[in-house]
Amino acid sequence: MAEKKGLLKRLAEGQVWTSIFRGGGVPKSRRQRMMIVLNSVFLHLHPVRLPKHAVKLKFTWCMGGLSFFLFLILTISGILLMFYYRPTIEYAYTDIIDLAEQVPFGIMREIHRWGAHAMVITVWLHMFRVFMTGSYKPPREFNWAIGVILLLLTLLLSFTGYLLPWDQLAIWAIAVGSNMARATPFLGSEGPGAAMLAIGDINFVTVASDVRFALIGGRFLGEATLLRFYVLHCIGLPFIIMIFMAVHFWRIRKDGGISTPV
Amino acid sequence: MPEAKNKKTATISPSSPPPAALGQADDGSGLTRRSFFSWLSIGWIAFVAATGGFFTMMLRFFFPNVLFEPVQTFRAGIPDDYQVGEVDLRWKAKFATWIVRNDEGIYALSTTCTHLGCTPNWLSAEQKFKCPCHGSGFRKTGINFEGPAPRPLERFRIALADDGQIIIDKTKKYQQEKGQWADPEAFLKV
Repeated sequence: MAEKKGLLKRLAEGQVWTSIFRGGGVPKSRRQRMMIVLNSVFLHLHPVRLPKHAVKLKFTWCMGGLSFFLFLILTISGILLMFYYRPTIEYAYTDIIDLAEQVPFGIMREIHRWGAHAMVITVWLHMFRVFMTGSYKPPREFNWAIGVILLLLTLLLSFTGYLLPWDQLAIWAIAVGSNMARATPFLGSEGPGAAMLAIGDINFVTVASDVRFALIGGRFLGEATLLRFYVLHCIGLPFIIMIFMAVHFWRIRKDGGISTPV
Repeated sequence: MPEAKNKKTATISPSSPPPAALGQADDGSGLTRRSFFSWLSIGWIAFVAATGGFFTMMLRFFFPNVLFEPVQTFRAGIPDDYQVGEVDLRWKAKFATWIVRNDEGIYALSTTCTHLGCTPNWLSAEQKFKCPCHGSGFRKTGINFEGPAPRPLERFRIALADDGQIIIDKTKKYQQEKGQWADPEAFLKV
């Protein structure tokens, strides 16, 4: 007669547990532990084994990890804000006031704002660390290029989020920012080369057809601008940045793991 | 050793067809190597065309045919509504225009700073337009004289309508540095 098994043991050997966690229960060898990590969608995101130097704060500053952590915070708090915020000229500003003064835990909006500031800082510091430790050198040069794109996307997320409160600061910041787009070579109506894209008197790159128009959805900042920035901020840019982040993280492992102090 | 023997048997079996047989239609479908590649080319061209067409549609999608923006032409009353030597602020908020009258006539200045697009304020004590964003300053004529603004304020087309009212058309702009202020439509002689 077999001994009566404890509840935990029966759970661990039952169909529910073994169908979710492959690899045969509690790992007893290094290989078994590795198999469990590799077979879990969440665990496999992390390396099976970490070298000691990889957790040395003095070397990495953990700035990449912190940037990702802040991205998660921004995603969650951002989704929560979307339940209250309406991207129209009539409601945008008052909805932000409403979030701060009336909605329970309206500090969510401040968390989103502080987190955004912090993420810009950590991404820059991460870049600084990677540069100072020479971690951009081969074989990691491609991942450095991906990182530059991620920095750009972080700044664009900041820029598009800046307009959403629709206060004076927001409108004038975007007025200045979007006017710079006028000077884009060939694509901006006042940029170098734009006048060359014409047949006779008909200009193809005008105030109503240039890159600034595509960005703000009109010739002036208005309802269309707010909506475009909202969609870019909540859907477009996060979608793109997540694809690049996946490549970035994957490449860290494929390029030989986190860089080592020489 | 028995293990070594097993390795030897793992070679390619001699019954696999020679590479030359790949170019012939041997399954009765009529598909040869040549026709396969021409179909492949057609497929790729169709795919690239469809994708290119879709991206063109996407790009065009961002340029709507109708804009819901404020009108760009407005009637600004009769010339006698404006006093000589004054900068008139009544159309600033609604139409982003200052109307200035001097001894000779009237002109309509754009309220958009030529630096980065903010709206300057008219400081009557100092007789200048001052931009709050980066400190650009403009004379009453619109000429820039301080701060980062690279060129004077723009003027709008101004004319008299049949009913004696001033008409201002913001779609036409006149720039001093291009010599356009001398245009008769940039200045209304009164």
